[in-house]
Amino acid sequence: MNTIGWPTLRSLNQEGIVFAIAVVLFLTAAIGLPGFIDPNNLVAIVRSVSVLGILALGMAVVIIGRGIDLSAVAIMAMSVAWYLQLLNSGTPDGLAFAYVLAGVLAIGLLNGFLVAYADVPAIFVTLATGSFVFGYVRSQLITQDAVPVPQGHWVELLGGLRLLDIPVEVFVFAGLAFLFFLFLRYTKWGSYIYFAGDNPVAARNIGIPVRPMLVLRYVLSALVALIAGLLTAASLHSINTRVVNSTLLYDIVLVAVIGGIGLSGGRGGVRNVLVGAALIGILLNAMTIIDIPLLYQNLIKAAILLGAIIVDGIINPRDEQTAQQGDI
Amino acid sequence: MKLIRTLMAAATALAVTAFVAPTFAADDPGPAAYAQALKGKRVMLVPLAMGFDLAQGWAHYLKTEVEAWGGVLETRDPNWVVDAGAQAITDAISSDTRPDVLIIHAPDLNSYSKLMKKAQAAGTYVILIDNPANFPADAFIGSDWDRLGQLEAEAAIKGCGENSSKKIGLVQGDQANSSSLYQYAGIMKVLDKHPDFKVVAKPDSNWDATTSRNVTTTMLQQNPDICSIIDFWDGDATGASAAIRDAKLDGKVFLVTTGGGEKAADCDKLQDGTYGAVVMTDLARQSGDMNAIIKFLLQSGQPAGTSHTYIYTLEKATTKADLKPDSCWDLKALQAQAAAK
Repeated sequence: MNTIGWPTLRSLNQEGIVFAIAVVLFLTAAIGLPGFIDPNNLVAIVRSVSVLGILALGMAVVIIGRGIDLSAVAIMAMSVAWYLQLLNSGTPDGLAFAYVLAGVLAIGLLNGFLVAYADVPAIFVTLATGSFVFGYVRSQLITQDAVPVPQGHWVELLGGLRLLDIPVEVFVFAGLAFLFFLFLRYTKWGSYIYFAGDNPVAARNIGIPVRPMLVLRYVLSALVALIAGLLTAASLHSINTRVVNSTLLYDIVLVAVIGGIGLSGGRGGVRNVLVGAALIGILLNAMTIIDIPLLYQNLIKAAILLGAIIVDGIINPRDEQTAQQGDI
Repeated sequence: MKLIRTLMAAATALAVTAFVAPTFAADDPGPAAYAQALKGKRVMLVPLAMGFDLAQGWAHYLKTEVEAWGGVLETRDPNWVVDAGAQAITDAISSDTRPDVLIIHAPDLNSYSKLMKKAQAAGTYVILIDNPANFPADAFIGSDWDRLGQLEAEAAIKGCGENSSKKIGLVQGDQANSSSLYQYAGIMKVLDKHPDFKVVAKPDSNWDATTSRNVTTTMLQQNPDICSIIDFWDGDATGASAAIRDAKLDGKVFLVTTGGGEKAADCDKLQDGTYGAVVMTDLARQSGDMNAIIKFLLQSGQPAGTSHTYIYTLEKATTKADLKPDSCWDLKALQAQAAAK
């Protein structure tokens, strides 16, 4: 019997578990680690997961619609690298940005089109387009892994923007999170994403434009990746395309999934991304303060994530529907 | 009688010299032997990736020289992927056009050891560059990373000064790459001799600028009075410098790093004060060493794997004060030069 008050064990889902772990970690670190609770450190924590969180928002929308976008990191790094390369070789800013925006939209549309109309599984489409974007831009459009931001360019100035000593990324992350929240929660289109993710066939039968909506999600994800890339370049004054080879892509999926957005689609929201990002941010910051070597950091991160998934599996056994449909 | 004999001998000797000397001068056997040993020989460079300054510099200097003696220089781009590098080496060994010299930039101590052994067995000389590995190559050419770490630590101590907090932070690369491990060992050797200086934190960046920024932010948050930070590579030190800038500690934290001495990556940043000191590799000289050892090995006639030579590049910590117009090499200029050809 459910009563109002403390949540019962049954009602505790993965999001709740991860949130609880994050709170426990936060309190432990606040008590045990000097300087952790310092407002500047808290800002640094949020900032360190801002770009990750922004990318995870885009990924979340795609996953809720029962897809996945493995090209996000490639789009993020390569679009901005190309943009900076164009600027460095003297292309006017407006024109360079128009090129890059067109390129990003084209890849988003291509992803969406192949998934929606050619019926190719999203995981293969985006894996391929991601590799294509990286390979094409790296070999044809830029000369080096790292491309610097031209001096005095607005991207460089963007990186120096502060309000109340809080870096601009944090506001962009917060703003985008709010917009995505409004979109998913209060718009017709947002609801359609849940319907389509939960049961695409039924969604189509009741007249929801499932396919155009699918295309929209991949375009959205590509645009979000461009924003994340611009913010990265703004902070570092350059972009290094090596990030495409890093574990960033898995971290994005992780933030979304660990927060409780099911890979089977139709479940979750912005709150899950925030919870997932909070856990990762607190964890990494605390481990850096304690000065744990990276190898152990990865081990601890993996162990906590694995633990959360196992606990979720025990508390919330998979239902008949998921078992039949499967997830990614 | 004796005098006459001596005179005659002298005359004969003179005559002989007079006859032989001109033909001697016209027929130095060196160039012919050199050309015969080198002409048409194949050299292959397999760096960690072709997309960064060091590799592009090496490739440029090697190509110029190898092509000048009638050889062929090929490069492979594993793009930081260890498997892709292994594949490139495997393919090279078994191809019809097996390279005579393989120049390998190893990603870690062990990954390519077996392949390098195979290459030597097939008759290819193996030259390791930049990163040492657990393998007796025909030659190792690169930095003595231990010594390089010592230079970094000395620069950091000098940058801090006597009246500072004497707190130093390290941003290491990772715990697998020999350049990171030996660099750390070298730094600690110097700091052991200066017990008043303390390492307050030593996170890893995993060679990634964003990670470097995040860990440096935390490090400065915890120890705002740090007087110097040593980041293990200029490829990710842009992150550490961003963190210093964001913490408004420019000019207060002396950032030391190491790099290939490329103008935009190192000298420009020393000039604008982003870096306090950079231990720079003299890339042209390092490439010159490679060229010399290639020419030596190809003429030696010895089977691959016979000798094991270590040629460490002379390293120097450069600061803004001793920056000269020729302190760095310019990748853009090299690229423009290559494009003009």
